[in-house]
Amino acid sequence: MNRDDRKPRKPPGISRRSFIKGAGVVAAAAGLVRVRPAAADEKTLPAGVVEKLGPEATTIELNINGKPATLEIEPRVTLLSALREHLGLTGTKLVCDRGACGACTVHLDGKPVTSCMVLAIDARGRQITTIEGLGTPSNMHPVQAAFVETDALQCGFCTPGMVMSVAAALERNPAATTDEIKHATAGNICRCGTYPDVFAAAFRAVKPGPAGSARSVRAAKDA
Amino acid sequence: MHAITYEAPTTLDQAVSILKTHGENARPFCGGTDIIIQLRAGVRRTEHLVDVKKIKELQTLSFDAKKGLRLGAAVPCIEISESDVMRRHYPGLTEAAHLIGSLQIQNRASVGGNLCNGSPAADTTPALMALGARARIVGPNGEREVPVEAFVVSPGRTVLKPGELLVELLVPAPAPHSSDAYLRFIPRNEMDIAVVGVGAALTLDGDKVKAARIALGAVAPTPILASKAADALIGMKLDAAALEAAGRAASEACSPIDDMRGTAEFRLHIAAVLTRRVLSIAAERAKKN
Repeated sequence: MNRDDRKPRKPPGISRRSFIKGAGVVAAAAGLVRVRPAAADEKTLPAGVVEKLGPEATTIELNINGKPATLEIEPRVTLLSALREHLGLTGTKLVCDRGACGACTVHLDGKPVTSCMVLAIDARGRQITTIEGLGTPSNMHPVQAAFVETDALQCGFCTPGMVMSVAAALERNPAATTDEIKHATAGNICRCGTYPDVFAAAFRAVKPGPAGSARSVRAAKDA
Repeated sequence: MHAITYEAPTTLDQAVSILKTHGENARPFCGGTDIIIQLRAGVRRTEHLVDVKKIKELQTLSFDAKKGLRLGAAVPCIEISESDVMRRHYPGLTEAAHLIGSLQIQNRASVGGNLCNGSPAADTTPALMALGARARIVGPNGEREVPVEAFVVSPGRTVLKPGELLVELLVPAPAPHSSDAYLRFIPRNEMDIAVVGVGAALTLDGDKVKAARIALGAVAPTPILASKAADALIGMKLDAAALEAAGRAASEACSPIDDMRGTAEFRLHIAAVLTRRVLSIAAERAKKN
């Protein structure tokens, strides 16, 4: 049985305690502002059109690691589930399945997101990058190489998510600061407690920029 | 998760029509960071997810020095926390948006969604309330505006009636010598839900308080406005005694519960501490404006 088929365990009706428990961790000059256009959200449909999909399976196309992929899925399927169970891309890990651990981190148009909280149909029109698309064993991304060189893992379940988060931070700022790396990986939980090595790997991949932007591996370990 | 139908309107009229047709059986969604988890956990049940991200009005983010801020309900938190304009004019709201979940969640979650989710512990809601924000709602019977402090009615429930949709949040332009701040307490450094969250906005007249609003989260069934605490500050110099009194009054406005994140007693104590701190931060910022 698919994880997504589970029946609700209790009827709606929300107390303060159960609500928070169920909510996940969550949860121009003077004028301005919209710094960036709203990504693909406004582009996928012309104004006036209403799109309706499901509840039965429907054929959709996703762009994954630079290649189009066609799959037949129901709207309720998460991007994580689509990647792992429909496309066999098991590098992206399923751990908490509620946005609390970061193991399922992938990039949507270059930005890290937890794929367990994104519906696959909601990722249409975006460039999806998974750990498989970042690099291969023979041609590793600098962050992947840094994790290998630093041996920055124990059980390895958090590693793909950590790598994706660090890679996104370095894409933004190749000379990322300690604070930037910490903020970028704040949503990635490592149950083995390998954080010092993860930071060491991250700083190994940092390209030293202007003075003070990059910290030494030792400093990162002490952080 | 049970089966769902996905519907994506591109205009407000279409959204209202779809939401009205399905009534209680439809729910709007943006980033999905709450609703997808809630559907899977069975905390909520809906058969129609209405993706409102493709509606232009919900993607607006604009600031005018006279008219203030228009924040579309679907604008992701990351666009707020990374905006210099937001950081300069609404630093407290920006702090709250920057605190939600993780970067992964901030890339998806919206302030409007945070409000509509109706959590007592939502970080951006007290920040909006402190700023005197209003929620613009459209529905089958036209438009209405609701002050944010009246938006959440009980845990997970809001004033939105079937068919209604939150379009945007309207935040007044900051007055001269005013600013805001938001702080929350969590036992770890990140990725947690507020044990207590406090937002405050202040306007100064010299060294006296001209206007003040204080709002608290995670200390009552809904985020609350501590009006007595704020009103008592008007005309006062923000010295240690005034801060102490404001903290005590804010704490008295709370009706917290014991849960795994903290006891009621602890929350009452922290509410006072954070109130004093946010007021001090907001005052320091206001002096520079």
